[in-house]
Amino acid sequence: MVASTQTNGTALIELQGVTKVYGEGHAAMRALAGIDLRIEQGDFVAIMGHSGSGKSTCLNILGCLDSPTSGSYRFQGVEVSQLTRDQRARLRRYYLGFVFQGYNLLKRTTAIENVELPLIYRGVPARERHQIARRTLAAVGLEGWESHSPSELSGGQQQRVAIARAIIADPSVLMADEPTGNLDTARSEEIMDLLCRLNREAGITIVMVTHEADMAEYAKRIVHFKDGRIESDQQNGRTN
Amino acid sequence: MLWNTLLLALREIRRNVMRSFLTVLGIVIGVASVITMVTLGNGATQHVTAQIASMGSNLLMVTPGRRMGPGQQGMAPAFKGEDAQAIAREIGSVSAVAPVSTGAATAIFGNENWSTSVTGTTSEFIALRNMALHSGRNFTTSEAHAGAAVCIVGQTVREKLFGSQDPIGQRIRLGSLSFQVIGLLEAKGQSMGQDQDDLVIVPLRTFQRRISGNQDVRLIQVSIRDGASTEKAQQDIRLLLRDRRRLAAGEEDNFQVMDTKEISTMLTGATQVLTGLLGAVAAVSLVVGGIGIMNIMLVSVTERTREVGTRLAIGALEREVLLQFLVEAVALSSLGGLFGILLGLGASFGLKSVLQVPFVFDPGIAIIAFLFSAAVGVIFGYFPALKAARLDPIEALRHE
Ligand SMILES: Nc1ncnc2c1ncn2[C@@H]1O[C@H](COP(=O)(O)OP(=O)(O)OP(=O)(O)O)[C@@H](O)[C@H]1O
Ligand SMILES: [Mg+2]
Repeated sequence: MVASTQTNGTALIELQGVTKVYGEGHAAMRALAGIDLRIEQGDFVAIMGHSGSGKSTCLNILGCLDSPTSGSYRFQGVEVSQLTRDQRARLRRYYLGFVFQGYNLLKRTTAIENVELPLIYRGVPARERHQIARRTLAAVGLEGWESHSPSELSGGQQQRVAIARAIIADPSVLMADEPTGNLDTARSEEIMDLLCRLNREAGITIVMVTHEADMAEYAKRIVHFKDGRIESDQQNGRTN
Repeated sequence: MLWNTLLLALREIRRNVMRSFLTVLGIVIGVASVITMVTLGNGATQHVTAQIASMGSNLLMVTPGRRMGPGQQGMAPAFKGEDAQAIAREIGSVSAVAPVSTGAATAIFGNENWSTSVTGTTSEFIALRNMALHSGRNFTTSEAHAGAAVCIVGQTVREKLFGSQDPIGQRIRLGSLSFQVIGLLEAKGQSMGQDQDDLVIVPLRTFQRRISGNQDVRLIQVSIRDGASTEKAQQDIRLLLRDRRRLAAGEEDNFQVMDTKEISTMLTGATQVLTGLLGAVAAVSLVVGGIGIMNIMLVSVTERTREVGTRLAIGALEREVLLQFLVEAVALSSLGGLFGILLGLGASFGLKSVLQVPFVFDPGIAIIAFLFSAAVGVIFGYFPALKAARLDPIEALRHE
């Protein structure tokens, strides 16, 4: 009932008939075959589905890293396909945070330097940057690990550095591609608790791709992908 | 942002010190050789200029031949001793004239022998050249006229032949003739690798008869009376010599009358040609160095593809990524340039005593060399930087 009233306003994210085709001719591969999806501010969406069902492709489009082959993507009412490359970069810089499947931390670069990277591009002065980065690392439970480089951190710690980097600039949306993919159950639960807290306390909208039903259970809403289409889209019964 | 970019670039360079160093080696060598050449060249020029200035500004040098530069005198006939006499006699503003002929000879005294240079000239020569007698005396007019077998020796010749003995009054052999030593010159020291004390002076007539066997005079040195116009004297000598050499009205001079400024230009001309040539070599090595930088930057961009993807995903603009790699290339090449400048100055400083030229630091050339090496970074870093900036974020992130 709540969802029907919201459809009238401008959603944070709105996909309409989005398709994505890789390659051409015989080799063409239809990764997304018409996706309609609305995500409101403050939501916590888990995207599930088999391998190859188009989850990452969809997340990349939502993250303005990739453009749809056809269809419309509006972010806060703005048609993303009409933006230039630089405008999309600015959109990512000011509104989006990413947690990549393989962390993608800069090698031989300390945790704090990795975390403050988005602030560098926002032009935040060094002293302030260090303060915020320190605080953000503490928020993900990495106090005291500031000057360790990724090779000196465990997988879970690296993932938390990646999350700290994604949230340091207060994004509207956090995109996370299998944030618990490489972690054991205990670490995974820690990460999910962290994401829930960010969603609840900081009001960050979260879109998370995951394979694991256990992890999806943390989200408010679960979307199932199958062969490039949305198979099901349900509010999650569990309250958190 | 730029400051951050610079710090980032320096960190990247520090990360791989050895590779960075090898990358910029071409630029280091190029810049170092330019700096060395120019510094030594300037030193040589300054030295020559100072020496000629010390001869006095009222000095003229008359040489046969049209073209400038030693060894380029072409087929023009040499002067005769009479030409020098005519200049002394007929040009009112002249205070002293010395015809000069030089040749090599072995000087022998007892068991000692020493290859040296023999100068045949008149008694005016010593004063004209700013030399002085340490002991003994100059030629007399009658000795000059008669072509007497007397000589004046420099300090090096004295040391080699006589050791600690007093040379005055001794007899030495030059070629086939025995000469009496009547004078000893004051030491003048080294100049541009040349020992100015390694000479024997004999009367011109003696030189012509006994050593060269001809009447040729290759150089006439003239000094002008204080207060008289050098230009006027130059012109008078020119007309006199044209007449004596029977040049028709339309014919070019087949000799030159140079003042001190022209003399120093002639003497420094050679170093300038050399400097220019080595400058060209250095330019080539800068280009080679630039290609080295381009190569390593391309490798670096490929290695850091995922990093670029991450930065783009985080919201870096194309031009910010471009700037990052460009600054890195420029920082690398400028560091190479800086290193080259220091190396070049060090080398010049080390070579100054070997080559006996003063160390003259020219900040202008150091700045130019630095800017040049920075420019090499911009030019050769641009393509790799552009390659990084144009990467597709998704593909860059997937890069293994
Ligand atoms: N750059 C690409 N070029 C060609 N095909 C691609 C590309 N990216 C994805 N695909 C194809 O699109 C389909 C969807 O890929 P996607 O990465 O979205 O799947 P996924 O649901 O994230 O799978 P997984 O759970 O394994 O990560 C796959 O069949 C894949 O082969
Ligand atoms: Mg995926």
